[in-house]
Amino acid sequence: MSELEQFRLETREWLEANCPAAMRVPEAGDDDQYWGGRNPEMSHPDQKVWSDRMGEKGWTTPEWPAEYGGGGLDKDEVKVLRQEMSRIGARTPLHSFGISMLGPALLLYGTEAQKQEHIPKIVRGEIRWCQGYSEPGAGSDLASLQTRAEDQGDHYLVNGSKVWTSYADKADWIFCLTRTDNTGTKHEGISFLLFDMASEGVTTKPILLISGYSPFCETFFDDVKVPKANLMGEEGKGWTIAKYLLTHERAMISGFGHSSGKKTLSQNAVELIGMDAGGKLDDPVLRQNLAQLELDAMVFGHTMSRVTDEAKAGQGLGEAASIFKYYGTELNKRRFELMLSVYGEQGLAWEGDAYDNGKLPRAWLRTKANSIEGGTSEIQLNIIAKRVLGLPS
Amino acid sequence: MALVLNEEQLMLKDAAAGFLQEKASVAALRALRDSRDEAGYSKELWQEMADMGWAGIAIPEAYGGLDYGYIGLGIVLEQMGRNLSVSPLQSSVLVAATAIALGGSEAQKQALLPAIASGETIVTLALQEGPHHAPHKTAATAIADGDGYVISGRKVMVADAHVADKLIVVARTAGEPGDAEGLGLFLVDREATGVSTERVIMVDSRNSGTVTLDSVQVSADQVLGSLDTGSALLQQVLDIANIGLSAELLGLCLESFERTMEYLKDRKQFGAAIGTFQGLQHRAAEMYADLELAKSVVIRSLQAIDAGDDNLSLLASACKAKVSQVAARVSNEAIQMHGGIGMTDEFDIGFFIKRARVAQQTFGDHSYHLDRYATLSAF
Ligand SMILES: Cc1cc2nc3c(=O)[nH]c(=O)nc-3n(C[C@H](O)[C@H](O)[C@H](O)COP(=O)(O)OP(=O)(O)OC[C@H]3O[C@@H](n4cnc5c(N)ncnc54)[C@H](O)[C@@H]3O)c2cc1C
Repeated sequence: MSELEQFRLETREWLEANCPAAMRVPEAGDDDQYWGGRNPEMSHPDQKVWSDRMGEKGWTTPEWPAEYGGGGLDKDEVKVLRQEMSRIGARTPLHSFGISMLGPALLLYGTEAQKQEHIPKIVRGEIRWCQGYSEPGAGSDLASLQTRAEDQGDHYLVNGSKVWTSYADKADWIFCLTRTDNTGTKHEGISFLLFDMASEGVTTKPILLISGYSPFCETFFDDVKVPKANLMGEEGKGWTIAKYLLTHERAMISGFGHSSGKKTLSQNAVELIGMDAGGKLDDPVLRQNLAQLELDAMVFGHTMSRVTDEAKAGQGLGEAASIFKYYGTELNKRRFELMLSVYGEQGLAWEGDAYDNGKLPRAWLRTKANSIEGGTSEIQLNIIAKRVLGLPS
Repeated sequence: MALVLNEEQLMLKDAAAGFLQEKASVAALRALRDSRDEAGYSKELWQEMADMGWAGIAIPEAYGGLDYGYIGLGIVLEQMGRNLSVSPLQSSVLVAATAIALGGSEAQKQALLPAIASGETIVTLALQEGPHHAPHKTAATAIADGDGYVISGRKVMVADAHVADKLIVVARTAGEPGDAEGLGLFLVDREATGVSTERVIMVDSRNSGTVTLDSVQVSADQVLGSLDTGSALLQQVLDIANIGLSAELLGLCLESFERTMEYLKDRKQFGAAIGTFQGLQHRAAEMYADLELAKSVVIRSLQAIDAGDDNLSLLASACKAKVSQVAARVSNEAIQMHGGIGMTDEFDIGFFIKRARVAQQTFGDHSYHLDRYATLSAF
């Protein structure tokens, strides 16, 4: 038996023994996602059990180096692990901006001490992170940010405010873009700081969204003291790190376009709407839109695979990945619009147990953010036009 | 299978690109058109292509081919799309040789495949009868008569009809027009008694034709495969043909897009390159995304033919639908973004939209295949 097959057997056995039954049923909604942290929120106690067990093995971050608590697995082993997890329907044990955003940047730009300090806690879900990028005056034009970090010898004094900070009220630490120098261009003088949200002078104020949820906040900094040791990378060179991290964030967001349900939307449509005498969905216009959506989703899936395969084969420059965020999020928005068409007016009920308390319309509204968060669709198109197609400024 | 070309395939791509740029470029198409060439394609050039093995690229070695698979044929077709190269590669190799290889008896394969691979014989499919691709509406009939059949009917939009040596005629042996089943494929000599062809020059300056069959007698050994499986064979051939045409369309789209991007960098208005205007930049970026999708579905589909995937029909319709949609957008934008010069015959960009529309329509366009995709997905 090959080593990989051996690994598969062991993994299967371990998962069988360690993945609680409750963690093998699909998440019913956002409440079923486990985010860890100092005060973890749970809809079921096994969420923590499952996350802790996986974290202990480093399998919440299977590809990260073992010396910092990661799984230390190679690409093929990671694939096997994912296959074995999906075989038993295991949930993602831990949702985390530490994993999807900060970690990769820390591994590349962090000091040894920072890696030792933060990576293991991310892997084990002990610390929940939030992202302090956007400001009231700095959205798409992120580099114009004004939150100041003044050099006070052994520490920085941080003043200013952030906005749209996802889960700031639940997070333990923040990775935050600050301005340490105002004299150069806007891309210079930005510094990447890590600090505890429990620090004196940090306050948060939740913002209610159109979906009725409040997943993000305004975040205020009033003379917050941040030790110099918490500067990641060089002072004034934070923009490079910020951009690197954004590529990981965008990769995560473009994955939202994958359909997860057991049935396709068109199958649901057949059940809800029925067929005409010719054996076609009894709404020709909807049928056409559904066909186009499902076809595009399939082709988009092939595109993600092709770009990965090309990277492995050392072909191309990986430029095509620039379309993922744009296309994946627009596709997801299209999918939810069509879901509304398929489920009809009843699908728009906002309250009541019979209507899942508005799960569908809330999720639909949430998708509108996909093409805003992490850089808007328009900004992605600017990037493709300039960086990939080389069109002049 | 990884969605990339291997070393050998990359070399084929470079070789095809080099050869076609030199010998079968848009300028060659223009010359053929302007000289009102009798054959509608260059016989010498076709012989050169055949000598390089292209006419037998997907044909098994046992029948005189190169056995590079449909991925090999797709690579050549894509480069032909880029250069708008004219040849019987689509009619005789992509479509007819596929039908013979998939459906033919041993004797038919022995007789025809090596002759197609050498470039000596041209065979074409005579299928369409009305304005649209609609195989189930076939009304031409093949009526049993002694050991053989008598075929009557009228076929339109038959590629390379007037230069073909043989036709593969689709005719009804059972059922009524409108029935998907009951179709047979027959090998008919173009010069057989009762067959007449009339050349039709298309908007893309290529050969099409009308074929009239008036009580044409064929013997039983001219049936391609067996009559029971004719409709299924036809679908299989059309799936492959549509994937091949998509590869050609992809090449055509990439070339016209790249030419358009160059123009956006060169042309100045309001004191700046027009490529600085965001209204154009965003449309260009959206087309880029579309083209990346088109590339993926084409390579995936070509590989699926060679791997014998059992969901080929679904993939083929996805492929032709997507690529046709992208081709319409990209070829339209190519004209629009060139402004007035894009409308002139002297400038080459107009040739791309002309070929695009014909290849989109051949064997079903975006709407046809989107509908088929939904039907195959059971909704
Ligand atoms: C659900 C959600 C979660 C988020 N989470 C976080 C988080 O955790 N941390 C964080 O820091 N931020 C977060 N954000 C903020 C997000 O990154 C910003 O909203 C985003 O970058 C856009 O900035 P803005 O909202 O200021 O819009 P603006 O920049 O004001 O944009 C308004 C409109 O103008 C367009 N526009 C702007 N510039 C251009 C241009 N050059 N060309 C063409 N069009 C342009 C935009 O595309 C958009 O349509 C989150 C946002 C959402 C919706």
